[in-house]
Amino acid sequence: MDNLTHLLDGFVNVLSPGNLLMALLGVVAGTAVGVLPGIGPAMTVALLLPVTYGMDPTQAFILFAGIYYGGMYGGSTTSILLNTPGESSSVITSIEGNKMAKAGRAAQALATAAIGSFVAGTIATLLLVLVTPLVVTFAISLGAPDYFAIMLLAFVAVSVTLGSSRVRGFASLLLGLVIGLIGIDGVTGRQRLTLGIPQLADGIDVVVVAVGIFAVGEALWVAAHMRRTAAPVIPVGRPWMGAEDWRRSWRPWLRGTALGFPFGALPGAGAEIPTFLSYVTEKRLARRSEEFGHGAIEGVAGPEAANNASAAGTLVPMLAIGLPTTATAAVMLAAFESYGIQPGPLLLERQPALVWTLIASLFLGNLLLLVLNLPLAPAWAKLLRIPRPYLYAGILFFASMGAYAVNSQPLDLVLLLLLGLLGFVMRRFGLPVLPLIVGVILGPRAELQGRRSLQLSGGDLSGLLGGPVSIAIYAVIAMLLVWPFIKRYVARSAP
Amino acid sequence: MSVRDERLSRDGGARGGDRAQYGVCAFLALLGALVIVDALRIAPLTSSNDPIGPRPVPVLLGVALLAVAVVYGVDVARGGRGEPEGGEDVDLSTAVDWRTVLLLAGAFAANAVLIEPFGWVVSGTVLFWGAAFALGNRHHVRGLAIAIALSLITFYAFAIGLGVNLPAGVLQGIL
Repeated sequence: MDNLTHLLDGFVNVLSPGNLLMALLGVVAGTAVGVLPGIGPAMTVALLLPVTYGMDPTQAFILFAGIYYGGMYGGSTTSILLNTPGESSSVITSIEGNKMAKAGRAAQALATAAIGSFVAGTIATLLLVLVTPLVVTFAISLGAPDYFAIMLLAFVAVSVTLGSSRVRGFASLLLGLVIGLIGIDGVTGRQRLTLGIPQLADGIDVVVVAVGIFAVGEALWVAAHMRRTAAPVIPVGRPWMGAEDWRRSWRPWLRGTALGFPFGALPGAGAEIPTFLSYVTEKRLARRSEEFGHGAIEGVAGPEAANNASAAGTLVPMLAIGLPTTATAAVMLAAFESYGIQPGPLLLERQPALVWTLIASLFLGNLLLLVLNLPLAPAWAKLLRIPRPYLYAGILFFASMGAYAVNSQPLDLVLLLLLGLLGFVMRRFGLPVLPLIVGVILGPRAELQGRRSLQLSGGDLSGLLGGPVSIAIYAVIAMLLVWPFIKRYVARSAP
Repeated sequence: MSVRDERLSRDGGARGGDRAQYGVCAFLALLGALVIVDALRIAPLTSSNDPIGPRPVPVLLGVALLAVAVVYGVDVARGGRGEPEGGEDVDLSTAVDWRTVLLLAGAFAANAVLIEPFGWVVSGTVLFWGAAFALGNRHHVRGLAIAIALSLITFYAFAIGLGVNLPAGVLQGIL
C-alpha cells in the first residue's frame, strides 16, 4: 500500500507545530465565518489568498482546508439557533433544526449536527483517500479535448442545476466568462477587453472578483434591506444527546454520508442536492415521520452528515482533475495557481507531500472541530450578537484590505466596488453567483484546452470531439440541456 | 454600468410586476455587443500553433450573451422572475433603502481615493467608521475607536508582520 505510507507521512508532517497551528487557526476561522452571517468560507479563503502568498503552500492549504470544513460546522450552528441559514448548504438543516431548538432541544440538535459532521467527515475523507488515486489513474489518460469537454460539462451543470431559472444561470456564467476574458491572450499576446487601461492587461485577479461579488455585493445587498429588528437567537447550553437520540441518529449519519460524498464530487450538484435528498430519504424512512416538520432529529442528522461528506467529495475532482464543483473549491484552485502549482492528475505525482499532508490535515481538522464545537457551541452562538453595522463594516474593511494587497493598486478597489454593484444586482434579480465564479476561474483554462485541441487537429473542429470520453461527456451535456423539454413533452403526452 | 440597472429596478419595483428585469436583458445585450466589437478590433492572427487565434472565443461569448438576453427577455415577458436572495440580515418585505446603499458605496469609494495619498491606517479608519455609520451605528466615538484599532492592528500584523503591501501614507515614519 503505497498510498498508506504516503498518508502516514502526511500525518507525521501535519503534526509539526507550524502545521498544527495552521490547522487550528483554519478551523477556528472557518467556524467563525460559518456562524457569522454575510461571510462564508469561499470569501474567507479568497481574502486570505494575498495574505498567505509569503507562506509555505502546504501550510496555506492546511489553513484553507480547515476553513472549508469549519465553515460547514459553523453554518449548522446558525441554522439551528437562528432560523435563517448561514450557508446555502445548511438550508435544509434549518427546517428541522430550528423547530427542535424552539421546542427546547437545541442542545440535541447541535450535538447530532456536530457528531454527525464528524462521522461523515471522517468516513468521507477515508473515501477521498481511496478514490482520488483511482480518479487520477483515469484522468492521466485524458487529453486536451477531454478536459475541454469536462469543463464545458462543469459550466452547463453549474448553470442549469442551481436555482430555478436556467436562463439566469447561463447569464451569470457568461458574465463570469467575459470577466475571465479580460487581459492579454496567453497564446498570441493580444489585449482583449482591456479598454486601453494598462492595469487590466493582466486581467482582473480572482481575489478581486470573488471578494467583490461575495463580500461587497452581500454588504450592499444587506444595506438595501437591513433587518432593523434582529432575529431572535435561541439560547443554548452545552450540546449533548441521550441514548434515544443516538439510536435515531446513527443511521441517518451513514445514509447522509453515502449521499453526500458522490454528489459533492459531481459538478453542479454541490451540497444543496444531497442535503435535500437526505432530508427526503429520512422523512420517508423515519418510524415517526409525523414528527417531521415539528423537529425530528433525523432531519438534522442526515442533511448535516450529507453536507460534510459532500465537502470531502468536492476535493476528489479538485485534486485529481483540477475541476472545482463549489465556490470554495474554485477559489482554492485559483490558490494552487498563484503558488505556481498545477492542479490536475500530475499533482499527486509531483507534490505528494503537499497532497497527503493536506488530506491528513482534514482528519485532524475534523477532530479539532468536534472538540471545538461540542463544548464551545454557546460561545460560538455569542458571535451572532455582534451589532450588524460593525459586522458589515468589518467585512468591507477586510475585503478592501485583501483586494488591495493583491496588486497594490487603487484601481482594484474601484473594480471591487463595480463588482460589488454587479453582485448586488445579481442578488436583486435572483441570478446565482456560483456560475459566475466558476466561469471566471475555469473560462481561461477551457479556452486554452479548446485551442490546444484544435491545434492538434490543425484547426479542424472535429478535434474538439476527441475520443470516447469526451463524446460521452457531450452526451451528458446534451441530456442536461434537453431534459426539461423532454419532461414537458412527457408530462403533456401522459395526462 | 450596473448602476443603470438599479435605477430601473426602483421604477419597476414600484409598479408591482418586475419590469426592471428588462434592464438586466438590456445590460446583457449591451455587454454582448461590446464583447463582439472589441473582438473584431483585434487583428486576426492565426498560426500553425494556434489555428483559431484570439478572436473566435470572444465572438462566440458575445453571440451567446445576445442570445441569452433575448431568451431572458422572452422569459420576463411571460411573467418569469428571479427570486431576490434572502438571508439572516435581509428583510425582503422592505423597499430598497437607497440612502444606506449610497452612503456605504461612498465610504467604500472614499477608501479607494484616500488609500494612496493618506495610507491604509487613515483610509481604513474612514472606511470602517463610514460603513458602520451608513449601516445605522450611532455610537460614533466607539465606532471610531474600533475603526482606529482595527486599522492599526491590521497594519502592524499584515503590512509589517506578514509583508503584505499596505501603504503607510502620511503616517510614514510615525508607524
